Amino acid sequence: MEVALSALIGIFFMTAVYLMLSPHIIRILLGVVVLGNAVNLLIFTNGRLTREVPPIVPDDVIVAAPTIANPLPQALVLTAIVISFSFFAFLLTLAYRAYQELDTDDTDTMRIAEPADEAAPPTGY
Amino acid sequence: MRTVIFRTTAPYLTSLMVLFSIFVLLRGHNEPGGGFIGGLIAASAFAIYGVACGVPPVRRALVFHPMSIAGTGLFIGALAGVISLFAGVPFFTGLWIYPSIFGVEIALSTPLVFDIGVYLVVLGTIASIALGLEEREKL
Amino acid sequence: MAGKPTEPVDITGAMVTQAPALADWLVVAPIIICLLGGAFLLAQRKNTAIQGRTAVAILALLVVAAVGLLVHVLNNGPIVMTMGRWLPPFGISFAVDVLGALLVLVGALVAFFCCLYALTEIDTEHRRYGFFPFLVLLMAGVSGAFLTGDIFNLYVWFEVLLIASFGLLILGNEKAQLDGAVKYAFLNLIATTLFLIATGYLYGLVGTLNMADIAVRVAELPDGAPINTIAALYLLAFAMKAAAFPVFSWLPASYHTPRIVVSAVFAGLLTKVGVYALLRTLVMLMPASLAVFADILAWIAGATMLIGVLGALAQSDIRRTMGYLVVSGIGSMLAGVALMSDLGLMGSIMYAVHSMIVMTALYMTCGLMIHRTGSHDLRGLGGLYGKDPFLSAIFLILAFAISGLPPFSGFWPKLTLVQASLSGGDGWLAAAILVTGFLTTIAVGRIWVMSFWRGGPSGTPDGESITQEAMPLSDPADRRDMLFPIIGLTALVIALGFLPRPYLNVAAGGAGGLLYSESYIGSVLGTEAADAAIGQELATETEAPEDNSAEGSQSGDGS
Repeated sequence: MEVALSALIGIFFMTAVYLMLSPHIIRILLGVVVLGNAVNLLIFTNGRLTREVPPIVPDDVIVAAPTIANPLPQALVLTAIVISFSFFAFLLTLAYRAYQELDTDDTDTMRIAEPADEAAPPTGY
Repeated sequence: MRTVIFRTTAPYLTSLMVLFSIFVLLRGHNEPGGGFIGGLIAASAFAIYGVACGVPPVRRALVFHPMSIAGTGLFIGALAGVISLFAGVPFFTGLWIYPSIFGVEIALSTPLVFDIGVYLVVLGTIASIALGLEEREKL
Repeated sequence: MAGKPTEPVDITGAMVTQAPALADWLVVAPIIICLLGGAFLLAQRKNTAIQGRTAVAILALLVVAAVGLLVHVLNNGPIVMTMGRWLPPFGISFAVDVLGALLVLVGALVAFFCCLYALTEIDTEHRRYGFFPFLVLLMAGVSGAFLTGDIFNLYVWFEVLLIASFGLLILGNEKAQLDGAVKYAFLNLIATTLFLIATGYLYGLVGTLNMADIAVRVAELPDGAPINTIAALYLLAFAMKAAAFPVFSWLPASYHTPRIVVSAVFAGLLTKVGVYALLRTLVMLMPASLAVFADILAWIAGATMLIGVLGALAQSDIRRTMGYLVVSGIGSMLAGVALMSDLGLMGSIMYAVHSMIVMTALYMTCGLMIHRTGSHDLRGLGGLYGKDPFLSAIFLILAFAISGLPPFSGFWPKLTLVQASLSGGDGWLAAAILVTGFLTTIAVGRIWVMSFWRGGPSGTPDGESITQEAMPLSDPADRRDMLFPIIGLTALVIALGFLPRPYLNVAAGGAGGLLYSESYIGSVLGTEAADAAIGQELATETEAPEDNSAEGSQSGDGS
């Protein structure tokens, strides 16, 4: 099972890197989303996969059964999902705003902050 | 999107969803649910209202600015951790009281206070982003 | 809802049972102050009249708490507080040693002076965008990153400071800002995602997230465990956050776009958090892997400082020159890490402190220069000596300091780093540090000559005094208000230069705490674990809070 998931994570990473290599912001954004999901799966797999016993301690016992799923990766993945979701929302707004203001979503032509034809600094007075 | 049917049903749908989000928030302590998912449901409720009736009515319905709501939520959440200082236990330790109201025992706890804070943070942030995007659509 | 527990359960095996000492709260105090304060300001976002002063008060409180924390840590050794009463390594710990406390204090000072500067610089419109809440929340992220003892929690604090920095960066929504913000946001997000990937693998390998516990378990790993791969991922992630060669390009692309006070905050705080994380993970948690990468890191350090300063020389926009100087400084800090010796780490820590203060002050000074002349280009600047001799003296002091010339704060870290490189047998690294210092002198000296010394902008005959007042800031009260925080930081620069003794001692304590982390590990996990890991006999064997004092005296003033 771990092997299958590892292969899936590999495909996710591959897709993410391919998308992020594009100059278009919207593709980079999609790449970042896929990357976030790849990382979530990776953390989940790193916590070792077990049979589907939820990590919940029933009311009437104090110590849980020894075979329950590891709750920590689930907590980590949940945190990572929350963070990547809020970042996605922010980046989407930013990309949209940049597209409106700069009239391009191509990062190669976004040269307002760093103009391409900037002259060299003066060498004397 | 602004059909008559949608505009008529949206306020009811929104109020139902907000009610449901509070249910999910309170349910969250021992069962699936909680502040984050509750806040998301509430934020989507207001987003639907915004799609149907435009953004200004949503801002009026929310009364406070979404970021102010988020700030209040963050304050409440952080405060839930500080209560531990006065109880002589480490930061963010869960503290419980069981007052009896009208003969019914109710479990109140700092995790619940924290969850309410999370609910408000998520509601405020997501509503702020969603309303911002919807407003820009019109320009 | 849970019912009332009916029977008492023995919790001593899983939970902290004794009440934490009041002093232990100092470790979370900076975070509580910033979170509560930032939340309050966020809720009051419309009320722009009170925001500025409230933020100054909050950050002053933060400085006081940070001073208390540093003094306590120096006297009593590391302090720990684990959230939710769970015993470490199960609960999320906040743990602070000398290095963390020192950086929290310097960060708080920088933020405090930036906030004072912002009272004049940030107008009502930008206040409405939320400058002050974001600044205080940024400090929550920065302090949290310096104080946390849990590696996943470190990731969360990175994200907190990242989201606050996004808010600051796009303040005002100008075109150049959006352009810079796109590059900053995407590249930083990728860096933190790399950090998360590395943390996922580390968790899969050692099964814990508590830093003290990780240090113990990494030391026990069998040969052939893929710890070097994880260390390489951390190195890449934090090099990207710290803006090291060849992954620094987000910094010069974005740092000159926002309001100048935002640049000052960023230059003082953000990249140094990356360096701190690098120190914490590689030096303390995986020293064996760092030894594998030491040569590569040394080359990265040399390339970062030289390319940074060459970039600074190639710019005619003074704000962009400053951005490249930040990059160059990161190279010097990494050089100390690569040397892996007491002296090298001490130099790194001292350089981090110096760079936080000087870069912030330099950005602020540039802001005032831009206000006085209306230009941020070398060609348009000039004649400032006649207009404002006091400012020109301050800029000269800061220029000396950033170049590493005596007698100011930059001299001692550079001296320490050069000495460490020579004693470590890396003569070329010492040469790189000195050449960088020389080139930095040229870069900042040129700014001083062009903007202060000559009579006016390019084209005006030399010696002719120009009495133009281009930009609005002709109100002398505004100039005084903006000058005050610069004077404050410059006073620190002078003080650190003339009275280096305490600064050297504290930095040595920080370096010692990283290299010989028994007292840190002992204070988190209890002394048995530290003994088992390091194989040393330590004095007492009881619970953590008691033996803090016993070990603290050993690490606190060990210089």
